[in-house]
Amino acid sequence: MTKIPSECLRISGLQAYYGESHVLHGVNLEVNAGECVVLLGRNGAGRTTILRSIVGLVTRRLGSITFNGRETVSLAPHKIARLGIGYCPEERAIYSSLSCEENLLLPPVVAEGGMTLEEIYRLFPNLLERRHSQGTRLSGGEQQMLAMARILRTGARLLLLDEISEGLAPVIVQRLGEVIMSLKASGYTILLVEQNFHFATPMADRVYVVENGTIALEMSQSDIPKQETLLRQYLGV
Amino acid sequence: MTQILGISLPGLMSQLTVGLVNGAFYALLSMGLAIIFGLLGIVNFAHGALYMLGAFCTLVLLEYTGLNFWWSLALAPIIVGLFGAVLERTVIRRIYNLDHVYGMLLTYGLSLIFTSVVRFRYGSTGLNFDPPEALSGVIDLGFMFLPVYRAWVIVLSLIVCLITWLVVEKTRLGSYLRAATENPRVTQALGVNVPFLVTLTFAFGAGLAALGGVLAAPVQQISPLMGDLIIISVFAVVVIGGFGSIAGSIITGLCLGLIEGLTKYFYAPASNTVVFIIMILVLAIRPYGLFGKPR
Amino acid sequence: MSKSAMRLGSMIVIVLYAALGVAALLAPMFLYSLLLVNILCLAILACGYNVLVGYTRCISFGHSAFVATSAYATGYLLTHNLPTEVGLFAGILASVLLGYVMGALAIRREGLYFGMITLAQSQLLYFLYSMAPFTGGEMGLQGVPRGKLLGFIDLSNDLVLYYFVLAMFVACFLFIRRCIYSPFGHVLVAIRENESRAISLGYDVNRFKLLTFVLSATISGFAGSLKTLSFGLATLSDASWSNAADVLVMTLVGGIGTLWGPVVGAAIVVFLQHYLAERFAELLTALMGLAFVVCVLVFRRGIVGEVSELLKKLRTRLFRRDQGNEDAV
Repeated sequence: MTKIPSECLRISGLQAYYGESHVLHGVNLEVNAGECVVLLGRNGAGRTTILRSIVGLVTRRLGSITFNGRETVSLAPHKIARLGIGYCPEERAIYSSLSCEENLLLPPVVAEGGMTLEEIYRLFPNLLERRHSQGTRLSGGEQQMLAMARILRTGARLLLLDEISEGLAPVIVQRLGEVIMSLKASGYTILLVEQNFHFATPMADRVYVVENGTIALEMSQSDIPKQETLLRQYLGV
Repeated sequence: MTQILGISLPGLMSQLTVGLVNGAFYALLSMGLAIIFGLLGIVNFAHGALYMLGAFCTLVLLEYTGLNFWWSLALAPIIVGLFGAVLERTVIRRIYNLDHVYGMLLTYGLSLIFTSVVRFRYGSTGLNFDPPEALSGVIDLGFMFLPVYRAWVIVLSLIVCLITWLVVEKTRLGSYLRAATENPRVTQALGVNVPFLVTLTFAFGAGLAALGGVLAAPVQQISPLMGDLIIISVFAVVVIGGFGSIAGSIITGLCLGLIEGLTKYFYAPASNTVVFIIMILVLAIRPYGLFGKPR
Repeated sequence: MSKSAMRLGSMIVIVLYAALGVAALLAPMFLYSLLLVNILCLAILACGYNVLVGYTRCISFGHSAFVATSAYATGYLLTHNLPTEVGLFAGILASVLLGYVMGALAIRREGLYFGMITLAQSQLLYFLYSMAPFTGGEMGLQGVPRGKLLGFIDLSNDLVLYYFVLAMFVACFLFIRRCIYSPFGHVLVAIRENESRAISLGYDVNRFKLLTFVLSATISGFAGSLKTLSFGLATLSDASWSNAADVLVMTLVGGIGTLWGPVVGAAIVVFLQHYLAERFAELLTALMGLAFVVCVLVFRRGIVGEVSELLKKLRTRLFRRDQGNEDAV
């Protein structure tokens, strides 16, 4: 088996535009293989835009985004996904014109080692029950699980998760947290955008605080308790 | 001659048959239009020209290679489909980010170019094409004489419509299409090669239109303007049926063909206008068409 | 920009307009009067159409209904020897009313739905006109007399007719210009740029669009009335859909949403039609198609639009030179 370089994702000097709007003003961050990195920040700081830039869903990107050493800043979205990046959008994007199972099977398998359908249904039994329902008839929690499950099937090893705890009951949020911890244990690399400080920080190896389209602060897990007041200032909590 | 309530049954049935044949063409073409609009967001004004090119393919294939109708049935949709793929890749894909208006104008311009090129080569008068030997003749049903070819066209069109519907609604490829139609950006980010799917879809729509043209060749006059004549009714069908639904296009197309046939029998001068009357009535009650959803 | 540069700019504009005026007045010496009248009528039609397409982005497929309706109204009254002004005025009135009725139904929808509704309406009208007795059916109204304008200006003289139509064209053009550069026009531009914002600012967008539609219908209808007056004909072919393509090409090639665009487009199309006439009918259609494709792909602003963009860039460069090395952006 070939050795995967320790650095999984590196973003340097990233500028991003939605139409004429200049949203990211030079973002620098790295994610190492097997790490769980969390992007914190206020609404509108640019965290979702960073994830979207990685998969290529913004109007224009300048700078550099390398994935496993490969430059992706000018690649088309489907080619980026095929390199092994799984994207779970903030809006979940469950298709109303597809059934639950069709939603699950939609993203093509891009690498070996992805979960099989049986494994996914074992992890998320609700999805098995509802597999023939129309995608949007699932509850919020089920849709979130579906959004995560479908990228786990593809064999992608870098997961981009955007606000997965948003609007969900604490019980479900806890379940999602368990799933993420077990994924981390299996060696997945995870870049998480989160509003929920208490949910996200225990899982993080490192944390970046995003403000006004740049990185304002970076710290490792061990520093978080000492810097909590500073963090809360940035997050406006 | 059988008469019921003063209605000449053979006369009525023959008009209904013609109406059903037209309805089959409407269904084939409106299905392609609806699929293209769903995924590309473009109202393909060139659709009638593609239909016309399909019909002329049968002529050209016969003239230059001696291949008969059965060969054209298979080859014309493929040839026109490939042509459609080239069009999409070179010209049409440049305007996806623009207002809908430009899509209409561009494809309309393309249809003008195609029509004038064909007209330059073949002139404006209609040309005849004989139906294949195996399908010529009529069946005597007692209350009417049913032309074999027309019956076969109706059946084949229905089969093609059904297969298309099955592929789109029930297969994996169809789920890619439905997903890309609903949310093209995220679908791409999930790894589906949407640009290729778009080309494929346009080519498929063009192929369907060409198939209609091939089937139409023996029943209608093949002329460069045959696309222009049919495309307006097809747009009306799509608007009445609503852009969202393939089944809607098929049902609406067939029904409208029948209604046109009926009108032709009872009050001929209105047969070209009845589609529009229905359209205005339907849009007044259901603004997005009978089966459509707000986009 | 310095005072002298500005003065130079407005002088150039005045000179241009003066030259245009002189050219228009002297044109009949070089070109056939009726050809010029044809251009003017089509220019009015295109300007009217452009008011709708250029400022609301709604493409109507049914404008020929207004042309035909006004044509029939004017033709009918003039054939019955009513005064010329009455005939023309009736034509205008007919299109105002029809525009309101058609617009009220169509304006709530967008894109293809809007286009199809207008098409359906005009097809319906076409059908009704073909059945109605007063239109003369298939033959239409023929030999419509031009009469004497205001009782004494004899329009049967082609030259007099030309100057009359020219005056009407100038009137229409100034009228459109007044509308566009008014508060009403500014709201239209706002709606075109960002409709949802206009709604959130409290503008009744549908009412503005309807008013624009009626204006557009009236001007286009007036072109039809003038055409009937000039050429003595009002037939079913006025109502056929293919005319919409010509008008679209004129507007697109000339420049959608510009004042002079449709005029330039009309002139080009008429000249091409005149010189390519019968022998090259297919070539003309192919050229039109090519014009559509090229304009949409690379030339979206049309001739007038591209020229004014160039002039704007020139002005910025002059401004920059004026101010030395100061950044003009």
